[in-house]
Amino acid sequence: MLAVKEIKFSTEALKKVDEIIARYPESRQKSALLPLLHLAQAEFGWCSTEVMDYVASLLNINPIEVYEVASFYTMYHLKPSGKYVLEVCRTGPCCLVGAEKIINILENKLGVKEGEVTPDGLFSFKGVECLAACGYGPVLQIGPEYTFYENLTEESVDELLTQLRNKN
Amino acid sequence: MATLYIDNRPYDVKEGKNLLETCLTLGFDLPYFCWHPAMGSVGACRQCAIKIFKDENDTAGRLVMSCMEPVGKETRISLDHPDAEKFRKSVIEWLMTNHPHDCAVCDEGGSCHLQDMTVMTGHNYRRFEFPKRTYVNQYLGPLINHEMNRCIQCYRCVRFYKDYAGGKDLDVYAAHNHVYFGREKDGILESEFSGNLAEICPTGVFTDKTLKQHYSRKWDFTFAPSVCQHCSLGCNIIAGERYGELRQITSRYNGDVNGYFICDRGRFGYEAANSVDRIYQPALKEENVSLNQEYIINDIAALLSTSNCVGIGSPRASLESNFALQQLVGNGNYYSGWSDEEHRLNKAALNILQNRTAEIVSLKQIEQYDSILILGEDLTNTAPMAALTVRQAVRKKPVENAQQNINLATWHDAALREYIQQRHSDLFILHPHSTKLDEIATQVSYSTPHEIAAKGFTIAAAIDATADQVIDQIATSLLNAQKPLIITGTSLFNEPLLAAAEAIVKALKKRGKQPGIFITQADCNSMGLAMMNVPPLSSAFSKLSDSTLIILETDLYRNLSTEKADEIMNLPKRIIVFDHIKSTTSEKADIKVPVGMFSEADGTIVNNEGRAQRFFQVFVPKNEWLKESWRWLSLLKALKDGKAIDENLSISNIQSTLVEALPQFRGIEDAALSEDFRLNGQKVPRAPHRYSGRTAMLSNENVSEPKPPQDIDSPMSFTMEGYRGIPPSSVTPFFWSPGWNSVQSINKFQIEIGGPLHDGNPGVRLVNSNSSITPIDFEQKTEKISLKEFEWQLVPVYHIFGSEELSAKAPAIAELTPKPYLGLNQYSLAKLNLQENDMATIEHHGRAYQLPVRLRAEINNEVALILFGLPQTAFFVKPVIIKIRPASNGITNNNSKHE
Ligand code: SF4
Ligand code: SF4
Ligand code: FES
Ligand code: FES
Repeated sequence: MLAVKEIKFSTEALKKVDEIIARYPESRQKSALLPLLHLAQAEFGWCSTEVMDYVASLLNINPIEVYEVASFYTMYHLKPSGKYVLEVCRTGPCCLVGAEKIINILENKLGVKEGEVTPDGLFSFKGVECLAACGYGPVLQIGPEYTFYENLTEESVDELLTQLRNKN
Repeated sequence: MATLYIDNRPYDVKEGKNLLETCLTLGFDLPYFCWHPAMGSVGACRQCAIKIFKDENDTAGRLVMSCMEPVGKETRISLDHPDAEKFRKSVIEWLMTNHPHDCAVCDEGGSCHLQDMTVMTGHNYRRFEFPKRTYVNQYLGPLINHEMNRCIQCYRCVRFYKDYAGGKDLDVYAAHNHVYFGREKDGILESEFSGNLAEICPTGVFTDKTLKQHYSRKWDFTFAPSVCQHCSLGCNIIAGERYGELRQITSRYNGDVNGYFICDRGRFGYEAANSVDRIYQPALKEENVSLNQEYIINDIAALLSTSNCVGIGSPRASLESNFALQQLVGNGNYYSGWSDEEHRLNKAALNILQNRTAEIVSLKQIEQYDSILILGEDLTNTAPMAALTVRQAVRKKPVENAQQNINLATWHDAALREYIQQRHSDLFILHPHSTKLDEIATQVSYSTPHEIAAKGFTIAAAIDATADQVIDQIATSLLNAQKPLIITGTSLFNEPLLAAAEAIVKALKKRGKQPGIFITQADCNSMGLAMMNVPPLSSAFSKLSDSTLIILETDLYRNLSTEKADEIMNLPKRIIVFDHIKSTTSEKADIKVPVGMFSEADGTIVNNEGRAQRFFQVFVPKNEWLKESWRWLSLLKALKDGKAIDENLSISNIQSTLVEALPQFRGIEDAALSEDFRLNGQKVPRAPHRYSGRTAMLSNENVSEPKPPQDIDSPMSFTMEGYRGIPPSSVTPFFWSPGWNSVQSINKFQIEIGGPLHDGNPGVRLVNSNSSITPIDFEQKTEKISLKEFEWQLVPVYHIFGSEELSAKAPAIAELTPKPYLGLNQYSLAKLNLQENDMATIEHHGRAYQLPVRLRAEINNEVALILFGLPQTAFFVKPVIIKIRPASNGITNNNSKHE
């Protein structure tokens, strides 16, 4: 086992937490779950069980209520992820125009499977649900800004990866 | 009334219901998955699509989900429209893409809603050729098996578990085609109602794990309508046998009692019938050898005619058995087996019902009440199904508001839950410790039983006050409610509590209210025994010495302190116990006679609301000893009186003698149809028509098929032969209808979906005001009990698993039974200088007992909680004052005094 780092928000983040919770009516603090998960993901990199339990404790709800929500939305990463998470749409329309091919390409180019991280820590990828850009499939997006890359081909994927690598 | 045109034919229907339930009520077959009559509609599965038309000129129409569409004044729909049929077919094809091809090894097979719906929609060829989605299953404890690959994402499980039953540890994860229904990690399901998942889930994801130990297909069972024996509520059950063994309990719909569900104690406690603690052979104490039947019966008969006989009856034996014992020993020699306290408590419960100040409320009727006060009863653990109904009751007002304010139909489940959020109507709980229902309560308070009773009287006084201003919150709520309900019971052994409940309903009545009362008791026939109107055990003392004492299906050591029970057991010359399960009492008896358990017997029991309900024998065991106690006792009476033995004595015979001798039971004959009843000259078959292996299963003993046993007690046969249609409700052994193999076939047995069964819900309410039963004067004392230094009041805490005698013998239930402990609050722990899990010594009646302590922060300083009904806590039979001290270091199992 890796040494367990204590999961705790910085004072600054905690202030943010209070702000977010204050947006919702008394006893409805559960409503703050989505923004808090985003915050936690930004702070801790991904939503581990410990992170989700921590969020539950901040909102005074059961951990299971956090798991339920976090596992529903693909923008929360429930596994360790690379600096860039390539979220490839794998819903019907994109599949028809080759989403699975793009996933294969990524596997080959990155040498990792879905959910794994490249040894340099830069990349991971996952299949996600429809990104509402069906007319431009295959599509992938990269957080946290959620930039879209459309009409993907082997060449454009290659180019994208090189670009991102060069940034680092 | 409204007119519904279905494929151009008009039907008179109720307005406001949804189209799906209306079509089902009319007898149409329409496939569905996510809708459930008790849980309403969410429109999640898209299986129930039909065509709806604007008017008679509209020929195109549009597809709607029938479960989400209300019946209007004049609605035109088509079920058979090709568009609708095609849509439904495509939905099931899509649901089936990921469903494994494993019906042959699936426990659901043969009683599977998914199978039925697939056949109904005509999807019979799979075009999906790709790998199917697979999951890792979870360990969910000893009761429920998990097989996620079979899931069709109807969401019924979480809707039942979380929304309906208030469970916290089952949920849904992820989205799209990888949703997962399960716990956050492997572990035992926490809900007391988890077994219902096996019936709620339309596929084989959640199935009965105890059935797996001795699996049979539904069509291979022999079933009988029965009544749960594990608490006083008398939920209706279906009991199934195969190969001479009781193998499964499922719920039997009764619109007045348990509705669609039962609790886990009721579903899984049945394995007591197969437990190692069953008594199978008679035994004499001295030799402990098995004896020949004729010899032992004649021997007992001889004994009975030479000595004076005393009989002790039982709250867990049928009316017929209790009565047969009374007949055998003579009226003045028959006692109830209750301690004085229990005797008075149960009489008090009966009294309140008899007084009819309040409306006697049936289990299911609880849901109609909009302000509820629970006085000293932990329903989840003493009368579990009542807790489930209270959970529905607190939604009553908010649901009505939703109807009024935004015109939302009661079946519109998702919308309703969204609208209602956490709102609930008033529920007040006064109890010594926290209970699971606290989370939906308006107000809870923890105090000693006497203080709760005192608070009850205060509430009564506040209601009674002619002053306009009632300041007590509870009193105000009850007064303002349309239908106020008081729930109390006997589990705290506190008579003033019952008196307080009576005072409150009286006061409410005086103020022009129509209050309801619901009182829970300890055993399945406690009310029946109270109605027999016989004296408690203590009155028997003078008659016991030198007598022959017959003890019927009861363990005196559970009702009396060890000292008292020993005293009784030492007086008679001979003790004969008739019981089906071993107990301290049976093991001390001189003669032990085995008898049939509920699955091997016919009888009538009276539940907590005074409803007489009949349970039927499921099968005839090979062991000839396993017959009803009343049969043995009647035989003994004939022998003793030198009368001819009636080989054909049936339950109706004994019932007619019974109601003649005890007219308060008039009506029990109507709790079920008599043995002479025939449909088209035929009996009702206990086994489904596809029952297999009848010849083969016994061929190891005899190659020619034996003559099937005859049932002289009921209009049901023990085989698959007989009437094929829908039988009358009281003799419905199982639910099945052509095309409907699963439990969903209940739809076909109801007059209206969710309403009463055809020819009425079975059972007869017996209690009425002009009965001849002697009333008691309530004890009203509510003064504080004064405690000396290092003294505490021992108060029982119950657990659904373990606190009840019979179900505790079922291995799965035993596995879930908590370890005994002594619950103390922070103050008490500090005073004793104890930490959690340290051992404490309890001094009681000059003996010392040791138990680990547990922190129960919410309880009062004077209260010590003790888990009721476990062998380790058997010394505790009613609230007492005890001395507690820390056990000396290192000694964990020492019962001797020290210091
Ligand atoms: S587990 Fe069963 S009840 Fe739950 S969603 Fe799947 S099929 Fe429906
Ligand atoms: S609530 Fe009582 S009667 Fe009903 S199933 Fe449970 S134990 Fe049996
Ligand atoms: S299917 Fe890929 S964006 Fe919609
Ligand atoms: S039953 Fe109507 S949508 Fe599921």
